Amino acid sequence: MIKNIKFLLARRVVQISLMLLYFLGNAYGFSALKGTFGASLLFGVIPLSDPYTIIQVLFSGFILGADVLLGGVIIVIFYGVFAGRGFCSWVCPVNMITDLANYTRRKLSLDGKEVKYKFLKRSSRYWIMSMSFVVSAILGMAAFEFFSPITIMQRGIIFGFGMGFFVLVGIFLFDLFGVKNGWCGHLCPLGAFYSIAGSKSLIAIKHNVENCTKCMECKVVCPESDVLSIISKNSGYITDMECTNCGRCVDVCNDEALHFGIRGLLKTQNK
Amino acid sequence: MSSRRDFIATSFQSVGLATVGSLLWAGYGDLTKKSPLVLRPPGALNEKDFLSACIKCDLCSIACKNRDTNIDLKTGLSKEPTIKVAKAGGNTLIGTPYFTPRDIPCYMCEDIPCAKACPSGALDMKTLLDKNNKANINNSSMGLAVIHKESCIAFWGIQCDACYRVCPLMDDALTLEYKRNKRTGKHSYLLPVVNSNSCTGCGLCEQACISEKSAIVVLPDKISKGRAGDHYVKGWDEKDQQRVKNSKGLTTKTKHTKENITNYLNESSF
Repeated sequence: MIKNIKFLLARRVVQISLMLLYFLGNAYGFSALKGTFGASLLFGVIPLSDPYTIIQVLFSGFILGADVLLGGVIIVIFYGVFAGRGFCSWVCPVNMITDLANYTRRKLSLDGKEVKYKFLKRSSRYWIMSMSFVVSAILGMAAFEFFSPITIMQRGIIFGFGMGFFVLVGIFLFDLFGVKNGWCGHLCPLGAFYSIAGSKSLIAIKHNVENCTKCMECKVVCPESDVLSIISKNSGYITDMECTNCGRCVDVCNDEALHFGIRGLLKTQNK
Repeated sequence: MSSRRDFIATSFQSVGLATVGSLLWAGYGDLTKKSPLVLRPPGALNEKDFLSACIKCDLCSIACKNRDTNIDLKTGLSKEPTIKVAKAGGNTLIGTPYFTPRDIPCYMCEDIPCAKACPSGALDMKTLLDKNNKANINNSSMGLAVIHKESCIAFWGIQCDACYRVCPLMDDALTLEYKRNKRTGKHSYLLPVVNSNSCTGCGLCEQACISEKSAIVVLPDKISKGRAGDHYVKGWDEKDQQRVKNSKGLTTKTKHTKENITNYLNESSF
Protein backbone atom coordinates (compact mmCIF):
# COMPACT_ATOMS: atom_id res chain seq x y z
CA MET A 1 0.00 0.00 0.00
CA ILE A 2 2.70 2.48 1.04
CA LYS A 3 4.72 1.51 -2.00
CA ASN A 4 2.04 2.87 -4.28
CA ILE A 5 2.00 6.30 -2.73
CA LYS A 6 5.66 6.71 -1.79
CA PHE A 7 6.35 9.76 -3.94
CA LEU A 8 2.88 11.17 -3.45
CA LEU A 9 3.47 11.10 0.30
CA ALA A 10 6.94 12.60 -0.08
CA ARG A 11 5.53 15.43 -2.17
CA ARG A 12 2.82 16.22 0.36
CA VAL A 13 5.42 16.26 3.12
CA VAL A 14 7.60 18.67 1.14
CA GLN A 15 4.69 20.91 0.11
CA ILE A 16 3.16 21.10 3.57
CA SER A 17 6.44 21.60 5.41
CA LEU A 18 7.44 24.42 3.05
CA MET A 19 4.09 26.13 3.66
CA LEU A 20 4.48 25.55 7.39
CA LEU A 21 7.94 27.14 7.35
CA TYR A 22 6.59 30.15 5.46
CA PHE A 23 3.74 30.41 7.96
CA LEU A 24 6.10 30.23 10.94
CA GLY A 25 8.37 32.79 9.28
CA ASN A 26 5.59 35.35 9.54
CA ALA A 27 3.78 34.25 12.66
CA TYR A 28 6.79 33.68 14.92
CA GLY A 29 9.70 35.20 13.02
CA PHE A 30 11.14 31.73 12.36
CA SER A 31 14.01 32.44 9.97
CA ALA A 32 14.23 29.14 8.04
CA LEU A 33 12.06 30.49 5.25
CA LYS A 34 10.58 33.98 5.15
CA GLY A 35 8.60 35.81 2.52
CA THR A 36 6.44 34.45 -0.29
CA PHE A 37 7.25 32.90 -3.66
CA GLY A 38 7.78 36.39 -5.05
CA ALA A 39 10.92 36.66 -2.97
CA SER A 40 12.05 34.76 0.10
CA LEU A 41 14.98 34.50 2.42
CA LEU A 42 16.31 31.03 3.17
CA PHE A 43 17.89 30.80 6.66
CA GLY A 44 17.82 34.59 6.76
CA VAL A 45 20.66 34.87 4.22
CA ILE A 46 20.12 33.15 0.89
CA PRO A 47 17.76 35.11 -1.36
CA LEU A 48 15.29 33.15 -3.47
CA SER A 49 12.90 34.72 -5.93
CA ASP A 50 10.49 33.81 -8.65
CA PRO A 51 12.23 34.23 -12.02
CA TYR A 52 8.87 34.47 -13.83
CA THR A 53 7.85 37.45 -11.67
CA ILE A 54 11.26 39.01 -12.23
CA ILE A 55 10.84 38.81 -16.01
CA GLN A 56 7.39 40.40 -15.75
CA VAL A 57 8.73 43.23 -13.60
CA LEU A 58 11.61 43.78 -16.02
CA PHE A 59 9.04 43.98 -18.85
CA SER A 60 7.14 46.57 -16.81
CA GLY A 61 10.25 48.73 -16.93
CA PHE A 62 11.70 48.54 -13.44
CA ILE A 63 15.21 47.34 -12.64
CA LEU A 64 14.96 45.22 -9.52
CA GLY A 65 17.42 45.06 -6.64
CA ALA A 66 20.48 42.79 -6.90
CA ASP A 67 19.23 40.42 -4.18
CA VAL A 68 16.08 39.64 -6.10
CA LEU A 69 17.98 39.04 -9.33
CA LEU A 70 20.45 36.76 -7.55
CA GLY A 71 17.53 34.89 -5.98
CA GLY A 72 16.04 34.37 -9.43
CA VAL A 73 19.32 32.99 -10.77
CA ILE A 74 19.53 30.53 -7.85
CA ILE A 75 16.02 29.25 -8.56
CA VAL A 76 16.62 28.94 -12.30
CA ILE A 77 19.82 26.97 -11.67
CA PHE A 78 18.08 24.70 -9.15
CA TYR A 79 15.20 23.78 -11.44
CA GLY A 80 17.12 24.10 -14.71
CA VAL A 81 19.96 21.82 -13.68
CA PHE A 82 18.32 19.49 -11.18
CA ALA A 83 14.62 19.44 -10.52
CA GLY A 84 13.07 20.16 -13.93
CA ARG A 85 9.45 21.24 -13.59
CA GLY A 86 9.51 19.96 -10.02
CA PHE A 87 8.16 23.24 -8.65
CA CYS A 88 4.67 22.38 -9.88
CA SER A 89 4.36 19.05 -8.11
CA TRP A 90 6.70 19.36 -5.14
CA VAL A 91 6.34 23.00 -4.05
CA CYS A 92 3.26 24.70 -5.50
CA PRO A 93 0.34 24.53 -3.03
CA VAL A 94 -2.27 24.73 -5.80
CA ASN A 95 -1.07 21.29 -6.87
CA MET A 96 -2.83 19.86 -3.80
CA ILE A 97 -6.13 21.36 -5.00
CA THR A 98 -5.81 20.20 -8.60
CA ASP A 99 -4.65 16.75 -7.48
CA LEU A 100 -7.73 16.54 -5.28
CA ALA A 101 -9.89 17.56 -8.23
CA ASN A 102 -8.25 14.86 -10.35
CA TYR A 103 -8.74 12.25 -7.65
CA THR A 104 -12.41 13.19 -7.25
CA ARG A 105 -12.75 13.10 -11.03
CA ARG A 106 -11.50 9.51 -11.16
CA LYS A 107 -13.74 8.48 -8.25
CA LEU A 108 -16.77 9.99 -9.97
CA SER A 109 -15.71 8.48 -13.32
CA LEU A 110 -15.82 11.86 -14.97
CA ASP A 111 -12.73 11.30 -17.10
CA GLY A 112 -13.32 11.49 -20.82
CA LYS A 113 -16.63 13.23 -20.34
CA GLU A 114 -15.33 16.76 -20.18
CA VAL A 115 -16.36 19.48 -22.60
CA LYS A 116 -13.77 20.10 -25.27
CA TYR A 117 -13.05 23.78 -25.65
CA LYS A 118 -11.53 24.41 -29.03
CA PHE A 119 -9.10 27.05 -27.91
CA LEU A 120 -8.19 25.55 -24.59
CA LYS A 121 -5.21 23.43 -25.45
CA ARG A 122 -2.23 22.33 -23.46
CA SER A 123 -0.26 24.89 -25.42
CA SER A 124 -2.53 27.73 -24.23
CA ARG A 125 -0.35 28.30 -21.19
CA TYR A 126 2.59 29.32 -23.37
CA TRP A 127 0.38 31.89 -25.06
CA ILE A 128 -0.81 33.15 -21.70
CA MET A 129 2.79 33.38 -20.53
CA SER A 130 3.76 35.44 -23.59
CA MET A 131 0.66 37.60 -23.13
CA SER A 132 1.57 38.25 -19.52
CA PHE A 133 4.81 39.88 -20.68
CA VAL A 134 2.96 42.12 -23.13
CA VAL A 135 0.34 43.08 -20.53
CA SER A 136 3.11 43.74 -17.97
CA ALA A 137 4.71 46.16 -20.42
CA ILE A 138 1.38 47.91 -21.10
CA LEU A 139 0.32 48.19 -17.46
CA GLY A 140 3.75 48.90 -16.02
CA MET A 141 3.39 46.15 -13.42
CA ALA A 142 3.69 42.38 -13.17
CA ALA A 143 0.52 41.13 -14.90
CA PHE A 144 0.14 37.58 -13.64
CA GLU A 145 0.82 38.54 -10.05
CA PHE A 146 -2.46 40.37 -9.50
CA PHE A 147 -4.53 37.22 -9.77
CA SER A 148 -2.01 34.40 -9.48
CA PRO A 149 -3.82 31.67 -7.49
CA ILE A 150 -0.43 30.29 -6.50
CA THR A 151 0.51 33.31 -4.43
CA ILE A 152 -3.12 33.89 -3.42
CA MET A 153 -3.08 30.44 -1.84
CA GLN A 154 0.36 30.85 -0.35
CA ARG A 155 -0.46 34.28 1.04
CA GLY A 156 -3.74 32.83 2.30
CA ILE A 157 -1.83 30.24 4.28
CA ILE A 158 0.60 32.82 5.67
CA PHE A 159 -1.65 35.84 6.26
CA GLY A 160 -5.24 34.58 6.03
CA PHE A 161 -7.38 33.95 2.95
CA GLY A 162 -10.09 36.59 2.61
CA MET A 163 -11.85 36.53 -0.75
CA GLY A 164 -8.92 34.63 -2.27
CA PHE A 165 -10.50 31.42 -1.00
CA PHE A 166 -13.10 31.59 -3.77
CA VAL A 167 -10.41 31.72 -6.45
CA LEU A 168 -9.19 28.36 -5.18
CA VAL A 169 -12.71 26.92 -5.03
CA GLY A 170 -13.09 28.14 -8.61
CA ILE A 171 -9.97 26.27 -9.71
CA PHE A 172 -11.12 23.11 -7.97
CA LEU A 173 -14.53 23.22 -9.68
CA PHE A 174 -13.01 24.11 -13.04
CA ASP A 175 -10.64 21.14 -12.86
CA LEU A 176 -13.37 18.83 -11.56
CA PHE A 177 -16.29 19.67 -13.84
CA GLY A 178 -14.70 21.77 -16.58
CA VAL A 179 -11.46 20.62 -18.08
CA LYS A 180 -9.30 17.77 -16.81
CA ASN A 181 -6.01 19.29 -15.59
CA GLY A 182 -7.53 22.60 -16.65
CA TRP A 183 -5.46 24.93 -14.51
CA CYS A 184 -2.06 23.22 -14.18
CA GLY A 185 -2.10 21.54 -17.57
CA HIS A 186 -3.65 24.21 -19.76
CA LEU A 187 -3.65 27.68 -18.26
CA CYS A 188 -0.99 28.28 -15.65
CA PRO A 189 1.76 30.50 -17.11
CA LEU A 190 4.02 29.82 -14.14
CA GLY A 191 3.93 26.12 -15.00
CA ALA A 192 4.71 27.05 -18.60
CA PHE A 193 7.69 29.04 -17.40
CA TYR A 194 9.03 26.21 -15.26
CA SER A 195 8.46 23.78 -18.15
CA ILE A 196 10.81 25.84 -20.27
CA ALA A 197 13.26 26.59 -17.45
CA GLY A 198 13.48 22.94 -16.42
CA SER A 199 13.43 21.38 -19.87
CA LYS A 200 17.04 20.18 -19.71
CA SER A 201 17.20 19.09 -16.10
CA LEU A 202 19.24 16.14 -14.87
CA ILE A 203 16.46 14.47 -12.91
CA ALA A 204 13.97 12.76 -15.19
CA ILE A 205 11.75 9.69 -15.28
CA LYS A 206 13.31 6.65 -16.91
CA HIS A 207 11.25 4.01 -18.69
CA ASN A 208 12.31 0.42 -19.16
CA VAL A 209 10.14 -1.06 -21.86
CA GLU A 210 11.22 -4.65 -21.21
CA ASN A 211 9.42 -4.65 -17.84
CA CYS A 212 6.32 -2.86 -19.13
CA THR A 213 3.11 -4.89 -19.21
CA LYS A 214 1.13 -2.15 -20.97
CA CYS A 215 -1.36 -1.79 -18.12
CA MET A 216 -1.36 1.99 -18.75
CA GLU A 217 -1.94 2.79 -15.09
CA CYS A 218 0.75 5.47 -15.45
CA LYS A 219 -1.20 7.27 -18.15
CA VAL A 220 -4.33 7.27 -15.99
CA VAL A 221 -2.66 9.09 -13.11
CA CYS A 222 -0.30 11.31 -15.08
CA PRO A 223 -1.38 14.98 -14.99
CA GLU A 224 0.45 15.61 -18.27
CA SER A 225 -0.28 12.28 -19.97
CA ASP A 226 1.15 13.46 -23.31
CA VAL A 227 4.65 13.25 -21.88
CA LEU A 228 4.32 9.47 -21.50
CA SER A 229 4.32 8.90 -25.23
CA ILE A 230 7.22 6.43 -25.09
CA ILE A 231 5.46 4.11 -22.64
CA SER A 232 5.34 0.53 -23.93
CA LYS A 233 7.17 1.62 -27.10
CA ASN A 234 10.79 2.24 -26.25
CA SER A 235 13.10 2.64 -23.29
CA GLY A 236 14.58 5.96 -22.35
CA TYR A 237 14.00 9.15 -20.43
CA ILE A 238 10.82 11.18 -20.43
CA THR A 239 12.21 14.20 -22.20
CA ASP A 240 9.05 16.30 -22.67
CA MET A 241 9.44 19.51 -20.74
CA GLU A 242 5.89 19.39 -19.34
CA CYS A 243 6.75 16.41 -17.08
CA THR A 244 6.53 17.69 -13.52
CA ASN A 245 8.71 14.94 -12.03
CA CYS A 246 5.88 14.19 -9.65
CA GLY A 247 6.64 10.48 -9.63
CA ARG A 248 3.01 9.33 -9.65
CA CYS A 249 3.78 7.02 -12.60
CA VAL A 250 6.67 5.51 -10.65
CA ASP A 251 4.30 5.01 -7.71
CA VAL A 252 1.56 3.22 -9.64
CA CYS A 253 3.82 1.07 -11.82
CA ASN A 254 3.80 -2.46 -10.47
CA ASP A 255 6.25 -3.77 -13.04
CA GLU A 256 9.44 -1.85 -12.24
CA ALA A 257 9.20 -0.17 -15.63
CA LEU A 258 9.43 3.41 -14.38
CA HIS A 259 12.05 5.01 -12.14
CA PHE A 260 13.62 8.34 -11.35
CA GLY A 261 16.94 8.65 -13.09
CA ILE A 262 19.69 11.09 -13.87
CA ARG A 263 19.44 12.09 -17.47
CA GLY A 264 22.81 11.58 -19.20
CA LEU A 265 24.42 14.68 -20.55
CA LEU A 266 25.21 12.84 -23.78
CA LYS A 267 22.16 12.07 -25.85
CA THR A 268 23.63 8.82 -27.20
CA GLN A 269 23.84 7.47 -23.68
CA ASN A 270 20.04 7.23 -23.45
CA LYS A 271 19.47 5.20 -26.57
CA MET B 1 -6.32 25.41 -50.89
CA SER B 2 -8.58 24.67 -47.97
CA SER B 3 -5.64 24.04 -45.66
CA ARG B 4 -4.29 27.48 -46.42
CA ARG B 5 -7.72 28.95 -45.77
CA ASP B 6 -7.86 27.01 -42.50
CA PHE B 7 -4.48 28.30 -41.56
CA ILE B 8 -5.44 31.91 -42.19
CA ALA B 9 -8.73 31.50 -40.31
CA THR B 10 -7.04 29.88 -37.32
CA SER B 11 -4.37 32.56 -37.30
CA PHE B 12 -6.93 35.34 -37.28
CA GLN B 13 -8.96 33.60 -34.59
CA SER B 14 -5.88 33.11 -32.41
CA VAL B 15 -4.73 36.69 -32.83
CA GLY B 16 -8.25 37.93 -32.12
CA LEU B 17 -8.59 35.78 -29.03
CA ALA B 18 -5.18 36.84 -27.75
CA THR B 19 -6.11 40.51 -28.27
CA VAL B 20 -9.42 40.15 -26.46
CA GLY B 21 -7.67 38.29 -23.66
CA SER B 22 -4.97 40.92 -23.34
CA LEU B 23 -7.51 43.75 -23.33
CA LEU B 24 -9.61 42.14 -20.60
CA TRP B 25 -6.48 41.36 -18.65
CA ALA B 26 -5.07 44.87 -18.99
CA GLY B 27 -8.46 46.38 -18.19
CA TYR B 28 -8.77 44.41 -14.99
CA GLY B 29 -5.20 45.26 -14.09
CA ASP B 30 -5.83 48.93 -14.69
CA LEU B 31 -8.72 48.83 -12.22
CA THR B 32 -6.61 47.31 -9.48
CA LYS B 33 -4.05 50.06 -10.06
CA LYS B 34 -6.54 52.76 -9.21
CA SER B 35 -6.37 52.79 -5.45
CA PRO B 36 -5.15 56.33 -4.77
CA LEU B 37 -6.06 56.38 -1.08
CA VAL B 38 -3.73 53.59 -0.03
CA LEU B 39 -0.93 54.47 2.41
CA ARG B 40 2.36 52.69 1.73
CA PRO B 41 5.17 51.87 4.21
CA PRO B 42 8.10 54.26 4.75
CA GLY B 43 10.51 54.71 1.88
CA ALA B 44 7.98 53.66 -0.78
CA LEU B 45 8.59 54.94 -4.28
CA ASN B 46 5.84 57.00 -5.88
CA GLU B 47 2.74 54.85 -6.36
CA LYS B 48 3.26 54.17 -10.06
CA ASP B 49 6.85 52.98 -9.65
CA PHE B 50 5.94 51.23 -6.43
CA LEU B 51 3.31 49.10 -8.14
CA SER B 52 5.76 47.89 -10.76
CA ALA B 53 8.66 47.46 -8.35
CA CYS B 54 6.88 45.62 -5.53
CA ILE B 55 7.48 41.91 -5.99
CA LYS B 56 4.82 41.08 -3.38
CA CYS B 57 7.11 39.06 -1.16
CA ASP B 58 5.60 40.72 1.92
CA LEU B 59 8.94 40.64 3.72
CA CYS B 60 8.21 44.20 4.92
CA SER B 61 5.04 43.05 6.68
CA ILE B 62 6.85 40.06 8.18
CA ALA B 63 9.66 42.35 9.40
CA CYS B 64 7.08 44.75 10.84
CA LYS B 65 5.30 41.99 12.72
CA ASN B 66 8.45 40.37 14.09
CA ARG B 67 10.34 43.49 15.18
CA ASP B 68 11.55 43.55 18.78
CA THR B 69 9.34 46.49 19.68
CA ASN B 70 6.17 44.68 18.64
CA ILE B 71 6.07 42.06 21.37
CA ASP B 72 3.00 41.82 23.54
CA LEU B 73 4.35 41.94 27.10
CA LYS B 74 1.54 39.78 28.43
CA THR B 75 1.82 36.88 26.01
CA GLY B 76 5.39 37.29 24.76
CA LEU B 77 4.16 36.95 21.18
CA SER B 78 4.25 39.42 18.33
CA LYS B 79 1.27 41.72 17.99
CA GLU B 80 -0.54 42.52 14.75
CA PRO B 81 1.80 44.45 12.46
CA THR B 82 1.26 47.96 11.14
CA ILE B 83 1.92 46.82 7.60
CA LYS B 84 -0.82 44.59 6.23
CA VAL B 85 -0.81 42.65 3.01
CA ALA B 86 -3.62 43.35 0.54
CA LYS B 87 -5.87 40.36 0.03
CA ALA B 88 -7.88 39.38 -3.02
CA GLY B 89 -11.19 41.18 -3.39
CA GLY B 90 -10.18 44.60 -2.11
CA ASN B 91 -9.34 47.56 -4.30
CA THR B 92 -5.68 47.56 -3.27
CA LEU B 93 -3.35 45.66 -5.58
CA ILE B 94 -3.19 42.14 -4.22
CA GLY B 95 -0.10 41.26 -2.21
CA THR B 96 1.13 44.82 -1.82
CA PRO B 97 1.79 46.26 1.66
CA TYR B 98 -0.34 49.05 3.13
CA PHE B 99 -1.36 50.36 6.51
CA THR B 100 -4.47 51.84 8.10
CA PRO B 101 -3.41 54.38 10.76
CA ARG B 102 -6.72 54.44 12.66
CA ASP B 103 -6.25 50.71 13.36
CA ILE B 104 -2.48 50.54 13.73
CA PRO B 105 -0.27 53.52 12.85
CA CYS B 106 3.40 53.43 11.88
CA TYR B 107 5.49 53.62 15.05
CA MET B 108 8.47 55.08 13.21
CA CYS B 109 11.10 52.48 14.21
CA GLU B 110 14.53 54.10 14.08
CA ASP B 111 16.11 51.14 12.29
CA ILE B 112 13.30 51.00 9.69
CA PRO B 113 13.04 47.18 9.56
CA CYS B 114 10.39 47.20 6.81
CA ALA B 115 12.34 49.22 4.26
CA LYS B 116 15.50 47.33 5.17
CA ALA B 117 13.79 44.03 4.41
CA CYS B 118 12.64 45.07 0.93
CA PRO B 119 14.70 43.16 -1.65
CA SER B 120 13.24 44.72 -4.78
CA GLY B 121 13.76 48.42 -4.18
CA ALA B 122 10.05 49.26 -3.92
CA LEU B 123 10.79 50.51 -0.40
CA ASP B 124 14.00 52.39 -0.93
CA MET B 125 16.24 53.31 2.00
CA LYS B 126 17.96 55.85 -0.26
CA THR B 127 14.86 58.05 -0.19
CA LEU B 128 15.25 58.36 3.60
CA LEU B 129 18.88 59.52 3.77
CA ASP B 130 19.62 62.62 5.83
CA LYS B 131 22.55 65.06 5.63
CA ASN B 132 24.93 62.54 7.19
CA ASN B 133 23.98 59.93 4.59
CA LYS B 134 22.18 57.91 7.23
CA ALA B 135 18.68 56.61 6.75
CA ASN B 136 16.34 58.53 9.01
CA ILE B 137 12.73 57.49 9.48
CA ASN B 138 11.77 61.16 9.97
CA ASN B 139 12.52 61.73 6.28
CA SER B 140 9.76 59.39 5.21
CA SER B 141 6.66 60.75 3.56
CA MET B 142 3.94 58.16 3.74
CA GLY B 143 1.26 60.82 3.61
CA LEU B 144 0.13 64.06 5.18
CA ALA B 145 -2.21 64.55 8.14
CA VAL B 146 -5.22 66.69 7.34
CA ILE B 147 -7.51 68.19 10.01
CA HIS B 148 -11.27 68.46 9.76
CA LYS B 149 -11.93 71.50 11.91
CA GLU B 150 -15.66 70.95 12.40
CA SER B 151 -15.22 67.62 14.15
CA CYS B 152 -12.04 68.56 16.04
CA ILE B 153 -13.13 69.55 19.54
CA ALA B 154 -10.08 71.81 19.96
CA PHE B 155 -11.74 74.09 17.43
CA TRP B 156 -14.83 74.11 19.65
CA GLY B 157 -12.76 75.54 22.44
CA ILE B 158 -12.39 72.32 24.42
CA GLN B 159 -8.87 71.53 25.49
CA CYS B 160 -7.60 68.48 23.68
CA ASP B 161 -4.07 68.03 22.45
CA ALA B 162 -4.07 64.25 21.99
CA CYS B 163 -2.70 64.42 18.43
CA TYR B 164 -0.11 67.01 19.36
CA ARG B 165 1.22 64.99 22.27
CA VAL B 166 1.45 61.74 20.38
CA CYS B 167 3.22 63.22 17.35
CA PRO B 168 6.78 61.85 17.08
CA LEU B 169 7.81 65.22 15.65
CA MET B 170 5.99 67.31 18.24
CA ASP B 171 6.32 71.08 17.73
CA ASP B 172 7.70 70.44 14.27
CA ALA B 173 5.21 68.41 12.24
CA LEU B 174 2.34 69.30 14.54
CA THR B 175 2.24 72.56 16.47
CA LEU B 176 -0.34 74.13 18.74
CA GLU B 177 -1.54 77.58 17.80
CA TYR B 178 -3.04 79.71 20.57
CA LYS B 179 -6.01 81.84 19.72
CA ARG B 180 -8.30 83.88 21.93
CA ASN B 181 -11.70 82.35 22.55
CA LYS B 182 -14.10 85.25 22.09
CA ARG B 183 -17.12 83.21 23.17
CA THR B 184 -15.97 82.77 26.75
CA GLY B 185 -13.73 85.79 26.77
CA LYS B 186 -11.26 84.22 29.18
CA HIS B 187 -10.01 81.03 27.51
CA SER B 188 -7.87 80.28 24.55
CA TYR B 189 -8.15 77.82 21.74
CA LEU B 190 -5.28 75.32 21.42
CA LEU B 191 -5.47 74.58 17.74
CA PRO B 192 -3.47 71.77 16.12
CA VAL B 193 -1.67 72.83 12.95
CA VAL B 194 0.12 70.41 10.64
CA ASN B 195 3.35 71.43 8.97
CA SER B 196 3.46 69.62 5.68
CA ASN B 197 7.24 69.90 5.33
CA SER B 198 7.81 67.76 8.40
CA CYS B 199 4.74 65.53 8.63
CA THR B 200 5.69 61.95 7.73
CA GLY B 201 2.19 60.55 7.62
CA CYS B 202 2.85 57.97 10.31
CA GLY B 203 -0.75 58.33 11.52
CA LEU B 204 -0.13 58.25 15.29
CA CYS B 205 -2.31 61.37 15.48
CA GLU B 206 -5.11 59.71 13.51
CA GLN B 207 -5.11 56.79 15.90
CA ALA B 208 -4.94 59.03 18.99
CA CYS B 209 -7.79 61.34 17.96
CA ILE B 210 -10.56 61.17 20.52
CA SER B 211 -13.33 61.99 18.04
CA GLU B 212 -15.70 59.15 17.24
CA LYS B 213 -14.44 59.25 13.67
CA SER B 214 -10.95 60.72 13.57
CA ALA B 215 -10.87 64.47 12.90
CA ILE B 216 -7.26 64.24 11.76
CA VAL B 217 -6.62 61.78 8.94
CA VAL B 218 -3.58 60.85 6.92
CA LEU B 219 -3.99 61.05 3.16
CA PRO B 220 -1.39 60.13 0.54
CA ASP B 221 0.73 63.09 -0.57
CA LYS B 222 -0.65 62.85 -4.06
CA ILE B 223 -4.17 63.48 -2.77
CA SER B 224 -3.53 65.89 0.08
CA LYS B 225 -0.91 68.21 -1.40
CA GLY B 226 -1.60 70.94 -3.91
CA ARG B 227 0.82 72.58 -6.30
CA ALA B 228 0.95 76.33 -6.98
CA GLY B 229 2.61 75.95 -10.36
CA ASP B 230 5.89 77.30 -11.68
CA HIS B 231 4.55 80.73 -12.56
CA TYR B 232 4.08 81.73 -8.92
CA VAL B 233 7.42 82.56 -7.36
CA LYS B 234 8.08 83.97 -3.92
CA GLY B 235 9.94 87.16 -4.72
CA TRP B 236 11.11 87.49 -1.13
CA ASP B 237 12.61 84.01 -0.95
CA GLU B 238 16.05 83.52 -2.46
CA LYS B 239 15.67 79.74 -2.58
CA ASP B 240 12.43 80.04 -4.49
CA GLN B 241 14.10 82.46 -6.90
CA GLN B 242 16.38 79.60 -7.93
CA ARG B 243 13.39 77.92 -9.53
CA VAL B 244 13.19 80.70 -12.08
CA LYS B 245 16.83 80.28 -13.02
CA ASN B 246 16.46 76.51 -13.33
CA SER B 247 13.18 76.54 -15.19
CA LYS B 248 13.14 75.80 -18.89
CA GLY B 249 10.68 76.50 -21.64
CA LEU B 250 8.23 78.55 -19.64
CA THR B 251 6.77 80.68 -22.40
CA THR B 252 3.35 82.20 -22.76
CA LYS B 253 1.23 81.03 -25.67
CA THR B 254 -0.76 84.26 -26.02
CA LYS B 255 0.57 86.65 -28.64
CA HIS B 256 1.11 90.14 -27.29
CA THR B 257 0.91 93.16 -29.49
CA LYS B 258 0.44 96.77 -28.51
CA GLU B 259 -3.12 96.72 -29.80
CA ASN B 260 -4.39 93.63 -28.03
CA ILE B 261 -2.87 94.74 -24.75
CA THR B 262 -4.66 98.07 -24.91
CA ASN B 263 -7.84 96.67 -26.39
CA TYR B 264 -8.41 93.50 -24.47
CA LEU B 265 -10.88 95.07 -22.08
CA ASN B 266 -13.01 96.17 -25.01
CA GLU B 267 -13.27 92.66 -26.40
CA SER B 268 -16.56 90.84 -26.29
CA SER B 269 -15.54 88.45 -23.54
CA PHE B 270 -15.44 91.26 -21.03
